Amino acid sequence: MRPSLAKTWRSGEPLIWLTGGALAFVLLLVAGLIGLILYNGLGFFWPKDVIRLTLAGGKIMTGQVADREAIPGQPGQSRIKLKVANRDLYGADFNWVDEAEIARREYPPDVAVIERTEWGLLVGTVKEIRDGDAVVATGSEAGWVEVRTRLPEAVRVRAEARRIETRDIGAINFAQEKIRLRLKSLDRKGVTSGPDVEALQQEMASLQVRYTEQARRLGELRKRQGASVVVAADAGKEKALPLAQVLDVYFPNRMSGPAKAWHYAVRVWEFVSDEPRESNTEGGVFPAIFGTVMMVIIMSVLITPLGVLAAFYLREYATQGPFVSAVRIAVNNLAGVPSIVFGVFGVGFFIYIVGGSIDRLFYPDALPTPTYGTGGILWASLTLALLTVPVVIVATEEGLAAVPRGVREASLALSATKLETTLRVVLPAVMPSILTGLILAMARAAGEVAPLMITGVVKLAPALPIDGVWPFLHLDRKFMHLGFHIYDVGFQSPNVDAARPMVFATTLLLLGIVVLLNLFAINLRNRLRRTYATVAV
Amino acid sequence: MAGNVEIAANLNPRAEAASILESPMVEIDRLSLYYGPTRALKDVSMSVPKHRVTAYIGPSGCGKTTLLRCINRMNDLVDGVRIVGSIRVGGTDIYDRSVDVTELRKRVGMVFQKSNPFPKSIFDNAAYGPRILGVKSRSDLEGIVERSLRAAALWDEVQDRLGESALGLSGGQQQRLCIARAIAVEPDVLLMDEPCSSLDPIATARIEELMLELKNSYTIVIVTHNMQQAARVSDYTGFMLLGELVEFGVTRELFTNPRDTRTEDYITGRFG
Repeated sequence: MRPSLAKTWRSGEPLIWLTGGALAFVLLLVAGLIGLILYNGLGFFWPKDVIRLTLAGGKIMTGQVADREAIPGQPGQSRIKLKVANRDLYGADFNWVDEAEIARREYPPDVAVIERTEWGLLVGTVKEIRDGDAVVATGSEAGWVEVRTRLPEAVRVRAEARRIETRDIGAINFAQEKIRLRLKSLDRKGVTSGPDVEALQQEMASLQVRYTEQARRLGELRKRQGASVVVAADAGKEKALPLAQVLDVYFPNRMSGPAKAWHYAVRVWEFVSDEPRESNTEGGVFPAIFGTVMMVIIMSVLITPLGVLAAFYLREYATQGPFVSAVRIAVNNLAGVPSIVFGVFGVGFFIYIVGGSIDRLFYPDALPTPTYGTGGILWASLTLALLTVPVVIVATEEGLAAVPRGVREASLALSATKLETTLRVVLPAVMPSILTGLILAMARAAGEVAPLMITGVVKLAPALPIDGVWPFLHLDRKFMHLGFHIYDVGFQSPNVDAARPMVFATTLLLLGIVVLLNLFAINLRNRLRRTYATVAV
Repeated sequence: MAGNVEIAANLNPRAEAASILESPMVEIDRLSLYYGPTRALKDVSMSVPKHRVTAYIGPSGCGKTTLLRCINRMNDLVDGVRIVGSIRVGGTDIYDRSVDVTELRKRVGMVFQKSNPFPKSIFDNAAYGPRILGVKSRSDLEGIVERSLRAAALWDEVQDRLGESALGLSGGQQQRLCIARAIAVEPDVLLMDEPCSSLDPIATARIEELMLELKNSYTIVIVTHNMQQAARVSDYTGFMLLGELVEFGVTRELFTNPRDTRTEDYITGRFG
């Protein structure tokens, strides 16, 4: 058998199977990962039917089936995980039920699922609608009609109240803070009275009047919202929910397929466009998307020129020798340093030294409250820029090495100087390589979490880094990030079970954003390649 | 070396500056070139007459390309090159310190062995030199591009697709585009470094025809491996061996009646 075995090996056939098998295995792993994320992430938004279980003991449980598994140690038996919601009434969102105990299963059409601003979902039947203390409608049907007529108004009022809180009162607070700092600055100079101080104090007083006015408007708005919906849940429990807290009401058991699909689309849209609620376990992730994309953009703007210039010097101007080789090796290795090390450096250098100096020089009045001397989107982007700039340098250098010598000589022979050759011939030819580097850098940056946690990412940022208040771009602000959001929701949340689907949905979104950024850059690169292809015939 | 100095074609290259019946465009005088310690050119002296095609032949590594690249100072780009002797183009010593290399290369164009169009459109390739020299107006550039493409016998083939990438052209077309690009700046001298070595016979024939036309306006120096080509297109031929210019003279004389036995051995195919 020996010779034939050797013969088989020499034929190359086993190696083909081995290499093909390795590739297939890797593909399987990737497909499995993506499949898992897709299944869990996409299923989250589908309005599931609500089941009502009557147990053998007569106990009734209403909720959505979240999971089903075999009971360990009892072969042939299963139990289901029921999302009963109503955390404020029952104390927990989920309940395990042994299937053996279930006497009856039904899907009552009048069970409503109510999304609200606090406490997660509310599941139950609408009992009555009250306005103040007066009952305006009783029963599921009449109640639903009443809710439907009143809900748009409630949504409008909530939006109005939110606008007052964030925009109007926010602007007043911002202005007041500025005046306070100016007063403090005058105080440090020894000016405690006089026309300047009086003018500022007057301005402060007028702002206070405006604030009171806005606060009164807010109070009025809230008072107008006297209606509440009373929902009957299991075990005779009831909840009177103020309509102001209701986001959406639907009856999953009587929704048709298209209606569910529409509901699904609406919820996906809310997920990407809304702000988070309930310590990030509900609502959307828009601030995290915004923060991630903005951070990657700031980083790209920083690293592209820096990396390209450095690579040009290394390859085009530096005398090649041991020193340049050492620099090249160092740059390559920089890309392999654990990212948390960069994070520590970012804190130590950017935040404490650079940020601290900026605060002492330009924002002394705000001290001891730091302005730039604390984590912020600028420092996070700079830290990531350090982490990813080697990628751009290496890619650009490789591109430069690939520009044919003949093309450079042709330019020089046409009486172009080295500078003209670099700008007119070499740079366009190396453009696709620069973009390749940028793609890799962006993909790395978008997925990085560790260094960000200590340089400016927070669980919940009060404001976006861009808003309508001058100077519009606030690089000192802390921000939210999808990668950190996944970690936070998945592992730091008080209610992990309820938040788990959110983790998958956020992961899916992060993957989607990375793919989107990459597709954009790849498309741009291919277009450039077509224009500037350096294929020497 | 002004005027027409009559020296027979069987001159000794190592004598005084070599000269011919005609007015010289490029005069090379006792030129030696060192790559570090290696001497790649040994005391080469000769002159290239105006509006003629002058060819260098010789085996690989004999220094003919190096000599060609001295005429537009492309060897400056190579580290560790040292040059002794002088080259005058139109009477100016090009290795003089006061000479601006870009000025020189404006007057001495070059076509390379491997066609090397820029990864740009055909138009941008032909307009590259004029743009470097500061021509900005679109209509001027269009005029120059058309004139130089016509001069390179390429206009008819590409006039409808000037905006397309030059890399889409065939090898022969690319090489003619490189010629057009070189003559767009109206040089006095056109250096051609084995311009047909990667082309098929038909494309080669076109380029050779082109050279015969171009010599009315330009002085052409060509390096070639191909002795038949030298015989077909050149008026004067120099045979180089191991960095020496062994023999230089009127092409027909050199091929039919070589003075030096080494030349004879080479052209009869006994070595090389």
